Amino acid sequence: MNTHFGIYGGQYIAETLMPTLIELEQVYLTAKEDPEFQRELHELLVDYVGRETPLYHAKRLSAAAGGAKIFLKREDLNHTGAHKINNTIGQALLARRMGKKRLIAETGAGMHGVGTATVAALFGMECDVFMGAVDVERQAPNVERMRALGARVIAVTSGSATLKDAMNEAIRNWVATAEDTFYVIGTVAGPHPYPTMVRDFQSVIGTESRRQILARTGNLPAEVIACVGGGSNAMGIFSGFLDDPMVKLTGVEAGGDGLETGRHAASINGGRVGVLHGCKTYLLQTDDGQIREAYSVSAGLDYPGVGPEHSFLADSGRVRYTAINDDEAVAAFDLLTRCEGIIPALESSHAVAEALKAAAGYTPEESIIVCLSGRGDKDMDNIRKYKENRGRK
Amino acid sequence: MSVRIDRIFERCRAEGRPALIVYVTVGCPAPAESPELIDRLIAAGADIIELGVPFSDPMADGPVIQQAGQTALNAGTEFSEVLKIAAGVRQRHPETGLVLFSYYNVLFSHGLERLGGELRDIGVDGILAVDLPLEERDEFFPVCERFGLDLIPLVSPATSPERAKRITAGCRGFVYYITVRGVTGVRTSLPPELAGELEEMRRILPLPVAAGFGISTPEMARSAGVHADAVVVGSAVMKRVLERDSNGAVELIARIAEALR
Repeated sequence: MNTHFGIYGGQYIAETLMPTLIELEQVYLTAKEDPEFQRELHELLVDYVGRETPLYHAKRLSAAAGGAKIFLKREDLNHTGAHKINNTIGQALLARRMGKKRLIAETGAGMHGVGTATVAALFGMECDVFMGAVDVERQAPNVERMRALGARVIAVTSGSATLKDAMNEAIRNWVATAEDTFYVIGTVAGPHPYPTMVRDFQSVIGTESRRQILARTGNLPAEVIACVGGGSNAMGIFSGFLDDPMVKLTGVEAGGDGLETGRHAASINGGRVGVLHGCKTYLLQTDDGQIREAYSVSAGLDYPGVGPEHSFLADSGRVRYTAINDDEAVAAFDLLTRCEGIIPALESSHAVAEALKAAAGYTPEESIIVCLSGRGDKDMDNIRKYKENRGRK
Repeated sequence: MSVRIDRIFERCRAEGRPALIVYVTVGCPAPAESPELIDRLIAAGADIIELGVPFSDPMADGPVIQQAGQTALNAGTEFSEVLKIAAGVRQRHPETGLVLFSYYNVLFSHGLERLGGELRDIGVDGILAVDLPLEERDEFFPVCERFGLDLIPLVSPATSPERAKRITAGCRGFVYYITVRGVTGVRTSLPPELAGELEEMRRILPLPVAAGFGISTPEMARSAGVHADAVVVGSAVMKRVLERDSNGAVELIARIAEALR
């Protein structure tokens, strides 16, 4: 199995975890080819998650933007409210295959934590979720959901007390517990085989989207747009179109207060190559190689790195990576909510904002697919606070 | 290849004792205090000093070394400062082994070629990169070779004997055996199976075996030292340094050195 994407990816991790990663790669390769594994995964995705998710033509949003028809890939309609569960189900099945009794996870916005706590309940496994103390605060409803599902939520206070620190702590725990514990990584980052494995589990988004848009319009979309923190929903949907060179692919990073302010989470647009959490990729870091704190209004994008395959696709030019600021994301959140009655996650709102800009460059015969990766219930309090603060500025 | 490290192990063997390796987070509590602390630890009996490079995201470290690194960074410790301190230690202590202990990003960010040249010129003997396993070391190993630096390999209780042999093949200096499945930290006991594991590693590996992680007291050092060519003490030292008790840190190393004799 290829462990790198060009120069990116790899397994930059303590030796204590290497045997576990080598075993995981073997188990994954075997499972991938095992019809029984695939059948069970498919069955759960259909009956439990509720796939396939609709590809919805957002007519009023399209009219507001002017230009292309905007289609929303409704990952927000999955069980638990985001794309994260596509991956946690897959990894929980692998954990069971490996005889592990306990799942651990890191989480930012809490959606991956909820996704992991959910499958732990489903499979009768123990579950510990590491979450930055700042995120525990700003994503309180998800903390309650995880606890209700029987997971322990461990507030991480080290460093910036956000997603990267939660991941540090999850890795530290894993080093000591790997014999009976499976680490469910929530995005296409971490050491190999995680970036490949998570992309594969999320590729169902791209496979469905391609089939649906062809059935609906008879054509491939002009452009596919997704938000990128670590970038799992984006790799999932892009993977369906990578071999269609006429389809433009756009990843949207979190611009925070603006790239020029330095307060952002745009690793590709504003970072340089380094090594963190097991992989080589674009990172926000100082000249001295210290990791910088990321910033975004959206907790799920608040990460100073990005999945290594995105770094590769950025260098190759196959995917264009752009950035959307907090203000633009919140405006897109409002617009989609008011004109379609769909409340998007703040993360996904970044992709919607980019689509609103891009649509004007196309004719009404052309279409854009936006990956609506999650629903925004968790963000209501955040958005209220954000608007109050902005009012005071 | 570092002749110095080999000489240290030869000398210790002749004296019938394991070598004492002491880890220090450089820049903790402040860069200005590191030279004196290191001098005193050497005087107390450290044969080799591991110069810990502070990093924002120390994934293999427990609370003590996390805090030591954060303290050093807050005090403004830059990598150039770590190198300057290393150069001073080398000038004052021509016979002491010096190994840079770092996460890979700091080294990679600095530039591997540039780093190799600087470390050779300073007289650093080796580098230990905690998050650079066998699978990823190809871009760094040749650089270390070219500049005469030992890339110190790490082996853990999870590593199979066959893999341990592959990890140490072509390496020089010593092999760092991680005594516990877990992160660095102060501990009160070592796993009962450690003695057997260390003896097996000494039997099958071509390098001296240093036991590290969790060794916190003279008693623990002595019992691990019976089965190893060196013991590493880190968190127990940095805990005292963080408590502004550098006397206590130096005293601990003196007692451990005594226990190993």
